[in-house]
Amino acid sequence: MNGLLIACILVPMITAVLSFVCTSNARVRGAISVVGSMILLMLASFLLYQVANGGPVSNQMGGWQAPMGITLIADILSAMLIVVTAIVALSVNIYAMGDISKERIASGFFTFMNMLIAGVVGAFLTGDLFNLYVWFEVMLISSFALLVLGGNKVQLDGAVKYVAINLISTVLLLTAIGLLYGLTGTLNMADLSLSVPLVENQALVAVVAVLFLIAFGIKAAVFPLYFWLPASYHTLPISVTAVFAALMTKVGIYALMRTFTLIFPGEHPVIDTTLLCLGLVTMVLGVFGAMTHSDVRRILAFHVIGSIGFMLLGLGLGSALAMGAAIFYMVHGILIKALLFMIAGIVGKLGGSFELARLGGLYQERPGFSIVFLLAALSLIGIPPLSGFWAKLLIIDAGLHHDSAVVITFVVLVSLLTFIPLIRIWSEVFWKPKPLDADVPSTAGSVESPNAFAWTPVLGLSAIMLAIGFLPAKIIDMSDTAAKGLITRTAYVDAVLPARAKLNEAQK
Amino acid sequence: MEILLSLLVGVLMSVSVWLMLSRNLVKFLFGLVLISNVANLIIFKVGGLTIGAPPLISDGGSAQYANSLPQALVLTAIVIGFGLVSFTLVLALKAYQAIGTVDVDEMTLAEQRHDPEESA
Repeated sequence: MNGLLIACILVPMITAVLSFVCTSNARVRGAISVVGSMILLMLASFLLYQVANGGPVSNQMGGWQAPMGITLIADILSAMLIVVTAIVALSVNIYAMGDISKERIASGFFTFMNMLIAGVVGAFLTGDLFNLYVWFEVMLISSFALLVLGGNKVQLDGAVKYVAINLISTVLLLTAIGLLYGLTGTLNMADLSLSVPLVENQALVAVVAVLFLIAFGIKAAVFPLYFWLPASYHTLPISVTAVFAALMTKVGIYALMRTFTLIFPGEHPVIDTTLLCLGLVTMVLGVFGAMTHSDVRRILAFHVIGSIGFMLLGLGLGSALAMGAAIFYMVHGILIKALLFMIAGIVGKLGGSFELARLGGLYQERPGFSIVFLLAALSLIGIPPLSGFWAKLLIIDAGLHHDSAVVITFVVLVSLLTFIPLIRIWSEVFWKPKPLDADVPSTAGSVESPNAFAWTPVLGLSAIMLAIGFLPAKIIDMSDTAAKGLITRTAYVDAVLPARAKLNEAQK
Repeated sequence: MEILLSLLVGVLMSVSVWLMLSRNLVKFLFGLVLISNVANLIIFKVGGLTIGAPPLISDGGSAQYANSLPQALVLTAIVIGFGLVSFTLVLALKAYQAIGTVDVDEMTLAEQRHDPEESA
């Protein structure tokens, strides 16, 4: 029995309730959320420490032994992602205190934000497929609420598309889970990894696998199912976009990783090839989409899609090396996306607009801030020694081991192309002189000075990114161990089904 | 009975896909209601149908019993689906009031290059 796992889910949930019930003061609500995410960060770090030293930790809910009851389990992958989630939650909660209007906070912004975090953590921790569906719903409902909170016309329009496509993915996920239950008679993921190979009708298993691929692919914004993302992300307040861009799609990728290593591990080479091709196309279209836009938030939204491609590539290659690269990329991707969107928020505040044409001259006004953006952008592109460089190097390294020239070519090419939209932001927003008509009040929004609530998380995340860039060894090691655990599976399965582990030992 | 249920699933699925392909947001919503029920029926069906047997038995009760797990799953899914559908209904109403149309082809506010509020 380990209370740490359930505590990681309960803390954001309790924070969500407390921040709504205790007070109606916006500042106090924010403070409660910040304290809640600090506690979550501490618990998560402790969990990671425990898992890194002692192997996967599991907990059977309600005392029902697996595969009967609901299992919570944390291996290194889950624990790492929960730590990163807690970091994002903390920064976004701080950022939101300066960014979100009093009306939105009064209608429960922090409550939904913390419920969203609870859903994300739950999805990372659960060892049961149906429970995974439930956590996805917790996440989805909270994201819907954040999406429409204080909604203007544009926001509602974006929300309709987001909600529609996500509900379809939910139905597909539910259908896939139902069919898999019909085939195997179990929903426990560790138990499924043992019983799926025994199913006679492997063709139907492949169909179910594809259903999972589509359902999680929509969540992760994989080609050709990504259109909802650029249609809705730029309509939201920056704090919400930051947390969506950082976490929501990555939960989809995590679910893909989990199902395709644990439940459908490489028995269907067609699926691996499909994942690889989807990754390549997603990467290329993400970066091309970014080039065509002139709104800072939309450019960044397309980069979210591009980075999803890189992670799929790692999953599609399928070896421990490639998977480790994808996991490292995921950690880097979550943090850098949160950071870049927060920076975009500050740009919007300083310049009064998100349109490249209306912005300019920020380097003269704020040289220090410009350097922060430049570092984050260079890290996304993959310039050494920043964290993005290591992420891309690991994927290229995996490509070399697979003798896959296509993968290496595409990774290098897309990295080069990533340069163009980001350098465009740099030259238009920071380098070029401020456009004259921007001073006309009718064309520009309100210009305000960002406060400490905006600077603290941006500087904090930048420091973390720099630290990962200069000292990547520890995280690369952890990603590799996590990837090996995903591929060998025995430690995970034994942690969920201890009776089976004992039986195996007795047989030896 | 299983064949009947399977046919029903097939018919409902095709109807809901046809509805969801419509440009009318309200028709899409009806399709969504139907398709979430289709998913529930699928779970119910693949879990195996046992006719005339209780899912919960007391000690030493009848030897024949129905699998209670699919029923529990369907129950959970119905509750979640109900919440999602009611949210979506309200969202569609709000969107109609704000944008003034339920034709999704005309809902392009978020896709315009410049925020209409900014340029207005």
